[in-house]
Amino acid sequence: MTLLTHPETWITDHEIPVGTWSTDFVNFVKNNFQGFFDGLSNVLGFLLDGTTSILHAVPALLLIVIFAALTYVFKKSWRMALFVFLALLFILNQGYWDRTLETISLIVYATLACMAIGVPIGIAAAHRPALYRVLRPVLDMMQTLPTFVYLIPTLVLFGLGSVPGLISAIVFVVPTPIRLTYIGISNVPRPLIEAGQAFGASPTELLWKVEIPAALPTILAGLTQVIMLSLSMVVIAALVGAGGLGEPVVEAMETVQIGKGFTSGLAIVIVAVILDRVFRPSQESTNA
Amino acid sequence: MSFAAKFEAVDILFPGSADRGARGRMTMALAELDAGKTRNDIIGSTGIVVGAADVNLEVEQGEIFVLMGLSGSGKTTVLRALNGLNTISRGRITIRHGDELVDMSNPPPATLRRLRNQAVSMVFQQFALLPWRTVRRNVELGLELRKMKPAEMRASVDQWLDRVGLLQWADKHASELSGGMQQRVGLARALVTNPDILLMDEPFSALDPLIRNKLQDELLQLQRTVQKTIIFVTHDLDEALKIGNRIAIMKDGRVIQVGKPEDIVLRPATDYVAEFVAHMNPLTAIRAASLMRPIGALRAPDGAHHFNDNQDYALHLDNSGQLIALHRDGAAAPFHQPQPGVRCPQGSTGIVTGQHLLKDIVEIRQQTTRPVLVADNGRIVGCIGTTEILDALTQAGRADYRDNTAATN
Repeated sequence: MTLLTHPETWITDHEIPVGTWSTDFVNFVKNNFQGFFDGLSNVLGFLLDGTTSILHAVPALLLIVIFAALTYVFKKSWRMALFVFLALLFILNQGYWDRTLETISLIVYATLACMAIGVPIGIAAAHRPALYRVLRPVLDMMQTLPTFVYLIPTLVLFGLGSVPGLISAIVFVVPTPIRLTYIGISNVPRPLIEAGQAFGASPTELLWKVEIPAALPTILAGLTQVIMLSLSMVVIAALVGAGGLGEPVVEAMETVQIGKGFTSGLAIVIVAVILDRVFRPSQESTNA
Repeated sequence: MSFAAKFEAVDILFPGSADRGARGRMTMALAELDAGKTRNDIIGSTGIVVGAADVNLEVEQGEIFVLMGLSGSGKTTVLRALNGLNTISRGRITIRHGDELVDMSNPPPATLRRLRNQAVSMVFQQFALLPWRTVRRNVELGLELRKMKPAEMRASVDQWLDRVGLLQWADKHASELSGGMQQRVGLARALVTNPDILLMDEPFSALDPLIRNKLQDELLQLQRTVQKTIIFVTHDLDEALKIGNRIAIMKDGRVIQVGKPEDIVLRPATDYVAEFVAHMNPLTAIRAASLMRPIGALRAPDGAHHFNDNQDYALHLDNSGQLIALHRDGAAAPFHQPQPGVRCPQGSTGIVTGQHLLKDIVEIRQQTTRPVLVADNGRIVGCIGTTEILDALTQAGRADYRDNTAATN
């Protein structure tokens, strides 16, 4: 009877328990696979914190010189090496050195994980159109879902610390290498594929000798984006206790410290600029 | 001569979309094809494109076999069936690989890979070089896929780079080369595997005419030493006539005539072929044997054969047909055998073979200012004067050539 007189009330009274379902699902996973998630959490935590400790163990000035030298080796540019040197000195000067190291190890592992997961999935999707049709809405969802939404179950499953920060970064970033690898592999010119086939390449040989080299510029463009997107997750990672450069930002926000907010923000920007300049493929290496 | 590749009643149909009904539509399309329906009917009722229908061909070892037709005629479709880039819907393709005969009608993947790697290689229209590799690394591709070590392949790779004149470019990237050079890399890449059959899919179409001509000459030059079976696709009749030992003309997926270049030019099987031939360039298509006036047709009032337009030349032959002496207006006249690239002496009659092209004969005629004689193994078989050249150029006397060719064959 209420259905006829007050249809809205009937609808609100019979709420579909989506929220309960998702809670049940996360609890179910937690109760049944806790061992797995604990193990994963321990391994990732060990890697992340271990890397940070190793970086900590190196004197800051020496590490800055090493970073500047590596920049010179990769980029063959004195100017860029000098920029890296001065920029890192500035971060040290502002007191964000330890946080920067935490952020760097988070980015390194997030990037490695995203490329290790994203590139093979992208290749598989390019070879199987049906897989890509299924994958596309999932990727769209991963990129549009607000980060905080999956931060909660990540916290439940992995606890506080650097690991949930890493996992959230991966969830947010991994669609990018998948998409870019998919685009790169699908756009390999048909004649090149046929040339490989015509000389007797097996599907695996075709992948390694033709498809991946042809798609490499696009895949490398994906790498740069992965690094930048991982960096964009530092503040959110800090909310779940991952430390890093996001932490002073969060503190500054909570305590309304304009100066601290500005300097920590500046440190993030500096790290971003360095990573972008150093990892963006140069013109020659794209052609080669 | 045994065959290198054989097509028996081969049909190649493209299913379009691979949905659930594809199989049924394919059966229907084949039935319609058997019922004599045209390509357009079949695509209308089933959505299936007939790429090639009822192709029967035998390509002999060591010949350059040209598949010739306009775009959409099915020539590339047939070519690509030979290395499995197109799958055949019905019929049988057999190739000879060394001493074995292999069924190439959709073989299992491992066999197909082995044959592609060892028996059949391909030169592509758009070169299809791997742009991130150097020239040498591009040529290595086939050998690399044989799991050969770089040190082992170095010698043969460099030998082929040298033969196509690109050894000093070996360490450049493929993309730094001009189109003509890129296609030479494509040729070296295809030949370094020492295949039984070389497939060439419009290899020179993407090049400008001068380079195209040059590469055609280089290919013919190369063929004299490698003696490969080459299957060559082109839409250009002049190229087909120049390159081909035999030519198959295709239209709407079917082969409508197979024959030597002269057969195609002089005895077109259908109006379609005749129309094609009407647009060819006679200079590079007609050969001495087709355009000469045969010795039997010359006036021989006094034991000597008189020729030229005003009968001022007399040929004195021995019983076997060898030339003993040549007289002009009663006086002995010089003669010689023209060599390629050497200017003929003025006033000396050139003696050519039946294989010389009209283009060469015009050049010799112009340099010597004398008529040209045609010899077959030292035996004089005919002569070519201004009348014969002009007739050939205007194709006015085609009926005559047919009779002549019949007489000399």
